[in-house]
Amino acid sequence: MPDGAGKRASRHTPDAKTEAAAPLAHGPGAGDVWVFVEQHDGVAAEVSLELLGRARELADRLGVRVGAVLLGAGAAAKALAPALVAHGADVVYVALHEDLADYLAMQYATVVAGLIRRHRPQIVLYGATTTGRDLAPRVASTLRTGLTADCTDLRIGDLERKGVVTKDLLYQVRPAFGGNIIATIVTPAHLPQMATVREGVMVMPEADERRSGTIVDVAVRRGATGASSRRADDDAIVLPASDFAVRVVRRLREKKTVGLKGASVVVAGGAGVGSRDGFALVEQLAETLGGVVGASRAAVDAGWIDAEHQVGQTGVTVRPKLYVACGISGSVQHRAGMDQSARILAINRDPDAPIFSVAHYGIVGDLHKVIPMLIKAYRTRGAVGAASAAQGGA
Amino acid sequence: MSDQPDSPRPLRLIVLVKQVPDTANVTGDAMKEDGTIDRAALPAVFNPEDLNALEEALKLKDRHGGRVTVITMGPPAAVAVLRESLYRGADEVILLTDKAFAGADTLATSYALAQAIKKVGAFDLVLCGRQAIDGDTAQVGPQTAEKLGVPEITCVSRIDEVVLGAREGRRDDTAASGTARGRVVATRSVEDGFETLDSALPALLTITAEANEPRPPSVKLVMVYKHIAAEALPEYDDSYLDPDAEEAQVCMLDHAGRPVCRAKVVQWDHAAIGAERELVGLRGSPTRVKEIESVVLAQSEARMVAADETAIAELVHELIEEHILA
Ligand SMILES: Cc1cc2nc3c(=O)[nH]c(=O)nc-3n(C[C@H](O)[C@H](O)[C@H](O)COP(=O)(O)OP(=O)(O)OC[C@H]3O[C@@H](n4cnc5c(N)ncnc54)[C@H](O)[C@@H]3O)c2cc1C
Repeated sequence: MPDGAGKRASRHTPDAKTEAAAPLAHGPGAGDVWVFVEQHDGVAAEVSLELLGRARELADRLGVRVGAVLLGAGAAAKALAPALVAHGADVVYVALHEDLADYLAMQYATVVAGLIRRHRPQIVLYGATTTGRDLAPRVASTLRTGLTADCTDLRIGDLERKGVVTKDLLYQVRPAFGGNIIATIVTPAHLPQMATVREGVMVMPEADERRSGTIVDVAVRRGATGASSRRADDDAIVLPASDFAVRVVRRLREKKTVGLKGASVVVAGGAGVGSRDGFALVEQLAETLGGVVGASRAAVDAGWIDAEHQVGQTGVTVRPKLYVACGISGSVQHRAGMDQSARILAINRDPDAPIFSVAHYGIVGDLHKVIPMLIKAYRTRGAVGAASAAQGGA
Repeated sequence: MSDQPDSPRPLRLIVLVKQVPDTANVTGDAMKEDGTIDRAALPAVFNPEDLNALEEALKLKDRHGGRVTVITMGPPAAVAVLRESLYRGADEVILLTDKAFAGADTLATSYALAQAIKKVGAFDLVLCGRQAIDGDTAQVGPQTAEKLGVPEITCVSRIDEVVLGAREGRRDDTAASGTARGRVVATRSVEDGFETLDSALPALLTITAEANEPRPPSVKLVMVYKHIAAEALPEYDDSYLDPDAEEAQVCMLDHAGRPVCRAKVVQWDHAAIGAERELVGLRGSPTRVKEIESVVLAQSEARMVAADETAIAELVHELIEEHILA
């Protein structure tokens, strides 16, 4: 397997924890925990910074370093490196080349796979963005290693199979099969272990400007057409001519209009809303409370609202001060995107709906009746009704 | 072929489809001890975005002429999605089925699919759904592209244009062969907008639900194929893919959709596609399911609030007091 990233030897020693990376040692950096840093116009994707936080925890547990992999062109991209250190990286591999200015799958996969082969990290994490989900599988296939999509948790733990213990594997945790199960996936015999994670799932680490780290410049150059053009004196990563099959015709980026992620109040509607018209009621409550509209996938699939509003494992992860779930049953995929909210209010006519088990407040009833009551109550600042009037006057 | 649009040559299109368990209805007994799913215990459906991929292929065939080959990997029962494909206008269907394929993760799956595609021969485009609803990984498309050595464009919401070059494909075509085969221009949806990419052929595209409204099965084709059965071929005859051979040997439909001969479901096992045993199925899968937990919901801790105006007003009041609401 000349192009494989290598197989992991199972370790039998019970006390090998701190030496976890030792069998992989192939030089400096072997066994590190890496994050692929996605950047657009010199701005790092938030998910990449969030992943640096989790990578830091994993690396500390394993006694290894955190590496950040940054691809781009020009000074703006390179200027990001110190921020990556501040967010937890020990080493930043910076590959700058005009052909890497915009993300393109083949060129990026060549560089990322090339770096992995060279430095042999044991874990590589990617944001589950359209870029990460395009790149990571291509890299995994090139290296013939495993990849788990849309993880909701990443931990270090052991695996026992047929009496053999493999130490310190990456537990890649994700809900599966309609949310009825949570699966823990491992990659026991291949390296690196790779996973993608959605934005907002991991907590953004505090930037610490005093942290220090190493910046490693990675040389990249275009290969000559045809023959392999590796020169002995040159350790640049070569982009073969075959990588240039795709070109960007147009990139149209709009400012995100939804702003779910930073919202302090989210009012979300699900299948129970019943219709597009019903969604107007959800929107009205959101507007009244100064919040942003969210939705379950069922509501998105029904076409009542745009996919950008979807909350959950395959949507946005939110942590507002208040999350109001209207007619949402509370599938594990939906909860993955909202159960960290400070307060959750669930409105559902089924008293046994799973959503109530993560909610702080529950109202059993028809949302078409309950939402207008909430709107009215808020407009009068919670002062209608004898009880609260009495309280307010106390 | 007078009503055929003026393309220099017909398109060779391959569509990858998957039969998936209807994930809305997984029950406890659908789970096997090793953590894999017992698909037989679940209702099975055509993966929705794979239907969108098939529709794009059929639209391209309508426009440029050509041939649509549909490949699925799965148990014998997965022939249902192939039948559905024929009813919608696919020309040829291939079932990859073998006990050795069982337990495949996305890497082992893409290896088997790529081997099968190589056996089918030269192609212009491979189309597949962006993701399957049973796993939502979106990994098989890019991984298959990598194994084939061709570019991928994922999350395609629109195929803007296919420009065919004059050159017929060869089996060993890769991205390095340049644009002599032609080009595809496609628009993909990304988080904050769109991007339009231009790729040399051959290429692989993954198609999203936004791309189209899949056509329903054609009543006429349903009648034609009514008696289709899975039939293993000892030796797959691929001579029709030879540009110089006559194109009427395996389940051809003519341009107007009239069958030239009755469709057969071609069945291949791992040996038929020249796949190494160690690289398919569970053995070829780097990932393992370590543990499956059924989701056990914690006892409700929610404070229940009556659905009347007084109680709701109290709740809102409290939320304002606690600065949860402004
Ligand atoms: C791989 C994968 C990824 C997924 N990712 C996501 C994701 O990111 N986000 C997501 O949300 N889902 C996701 N799903 C789908 C998820 O499993 C559920 O199907 C979905 O969340 C259900 O949406 P719902 O709660 O709105 O609908 P349902 O489960 O149908 O629930 C509707 C609820 O409304 C209640 N109701 C009905 N009428 C009324 C009324 N008049 N008043 C009050 N209540 C009423 C019902 O009692 C019920 O509890 C994913 C699924 C898979 C397989």
